[in-house]
Amino acid sequence: MATLEAPRIVTARLEYEDSHTLARFLATGGYDGLRKALSMHPEEVALEVDKASLLGRGGAGFPAGRKWSMLRKSQLAYLVVNGDESEPATFKDHLLLERDPNEVIEGIIISAYALQVNQVFLFLRGEFALGLERVQQAVNDAYQQGALGSKIFGSDFSLDIVVHPGAGAYICGDETGLLEALEGKRGFPRIKPPFFPAVSGFYGEPTVVNNVETMANIPWIVVHGGDAFAALGAGRSTGTRLFALAGRVKNPGVFEIEMVKNTFRDLIYDPALGGGLLDGRTIKAFMPGGASAPWFAPEQLDVPLGQDEVAEQHSMLGSGSVVVFDDTTCVVRAAWRITKFFARESCGQCTPCREGSGWVERVMYRMENGGGRMEDLDLLLDLCDNIAPGLTWPPQQTTICPLGPSIPSPITSAISMFRDEFVQHVQLGGCPFD
Amino acid sequence: MSHFRIDIRQRAEEVLALYPRPRSAMLPLLHLAQEQDGYVSEEGIAEVAQLTSTTPADVRGTALFYDMFHLEPVGRYVVGVCTNIACLLAGGEKLLAHASASLGCPVGSTSSDGMFTLEETECLADCDYAPCVQVNHRYVRTTTPDAFDAVVAELRAGKLNHEVPHHGTLIRVQRSGGLHAPRAEVAEQRAVAKAERAKREETAK
Repeated sequence: MATLEAPRIVTARLEYEDSHTLARFLATGGYDGLRKALSMHPEEVALEVDKASLLGRGGAGFPAGRKWSMLRKSQLAYLVVNGDESEPATFKDHLLLERDPNEVIEGIIISAYALQVNQVFLFLRGEFALGLERVQQAVNDAYQQGALGSKIFGSDFSLDIVVHPGAGAYICGDETGLLEALEGKRGFPRIKPPFFPAVSGFYGEPTVVNNVETMANIPWIVVHGGDAFAALGAGRSTGTRLFALAGRVKNPGVFEIEMVKNTFRDLIYDPALGGGLLDGRTIKAFMPGGASAPWFAPEQLDVPLGQDEVAEQHSMLGSGSVVVFDDTTCVVRAAWRITKFFARESCGQCTPCREGSGWVERVMYRMENGGGRMEDLDLLLDLCDNIAPGLTWPPQQTTICPLGPSIPSPITSAISMFRDEFVQHVQLGGCPFD
Repeated sequence: MSHFRIDIRQRAEEVLALYPRPRSAMLPLLHLAQEQDGYVSEEGIAEVAQLTSTTPADVRGTALFYDMFHLEPVGRYVVGVCTNIACLLAGGEKLLAHASASLGCPVGSTSSDGMFTLEETECLADCDYAPCVQVNHRYVRTTTPDAFDAVVAELRAGKLNHEVPHHGTLIRVQRSGGLHAPRAEVAEQRAVAKAERAKREETAK
């Protein structure tokens, strides 16, 4: 059974139909965190976030407090918030931006105060038309309420937030690609080193880039204290987290549950969460953390939903999206579609990614559509090995950003777990599921 | 001579003022160009280049990188059907094929009446309503062929004009506050100026 006693930290307001409005926000403790933060020293606010040991919710899972402390030593210039959510089957930031934009904005204001930044750019995915409108409204409301602008709530702290729409490019989810887009260029990721945003970010100035969900946690942490947050979860994975569940389940959606205390089985089968598989089918495999994460087999259903716990099993929790395959799912088709996504979204800077993704996609396509050959299995693995030598986890970095080395994951997963199915495709000259 | 309409030009200048360097306004300005013309036209590109102190070639090269910018005319409604992993498992490919037959245009093209452009998209981050469909980047949440056709009929009849503005219109909530004087203050100053002008005209007579 799932452990569901933990408080709702970022989705508490979502039970209300009008959760996105200023009236509901103010009636349910809106700006309480901000008022409390402004009565504290900025260092104290940062300390609470440090104590919470909040891991960044974007995908890499870097501790937010540590990210901030790297910056406090330098004269900080910018805070940039990453709302360019495009990871396949990840839809948690979308939910927050549309349903509780005020909470996100409050979190950003508090974070900017802790970091003593006076300028924030909130980069949102362009396809979120409604989210963009609601976030802009929340920013307007914050100015109106005196929570933004000069001398916030009578303090000495002033802040401006600019809502910046993206224009449809997965690669801008990478923080350095995002900064390039914010500078008005193609979203080509920058090479690290030297371009660590903390050292040389927006316009070459020190910059913190945080995820939307990370920001949404901040007001609660300030109100209840970092220790209360750290008391939830276990080990390095503290607090609750939004998990986006999709695929062949009865009840897909975004669920806020305590980390580590619950397992993938709880998330997928608990009646209050995923509710089990569609039509009572059996699970074949699942993706534990986005398109780049190596797949899990049904035997790994009891792995706890924690960063290190999943890493121990040679995969990653990533962006918190879980996609379930059942016995009607053709894994060759599934792996091909993810590969097609990578091929389409490769920015084209680095050869292994630009060329490799296209090659692998074409071989996968012919495998699925009746043109597969026995030697294609070795060819696929060889191509993948060229993209990320050794096919290790985490993969060898051969490119500027992590997109390229992510390409092999679905293919090597599919081949190692379901080799028979590939052979069947070749022998049958087509897809057995068609 | 500005290609942008006076209101779009006004908003473009407000957007420019938000950034430390003009080039940063590239994407928001291209969205504005698309809002006015329904796509990113040559004239729009030239104006964005002028506003950002870059060249038309530079603007075009940047715009082409991003999926949302159409450099050729598209339909009033751009319909995007997702076939990425979650939607694939929910029959996204079948819904896309249905959409193509129903709208009468192959994927990637525009219907002959110029109403609809059909696109196959990557994940649109609305996977609990898979297969996911967006019209002009608004979620319509039609997961079945019948529901899809019903929305298309409503769009054709103009019943969804408010929910789904024409292609290119992205953010209808204008920024207020921050670097700008409050709207009420501006309105007040304008009223005062108007009264004074009327008085001057009166005395001139």
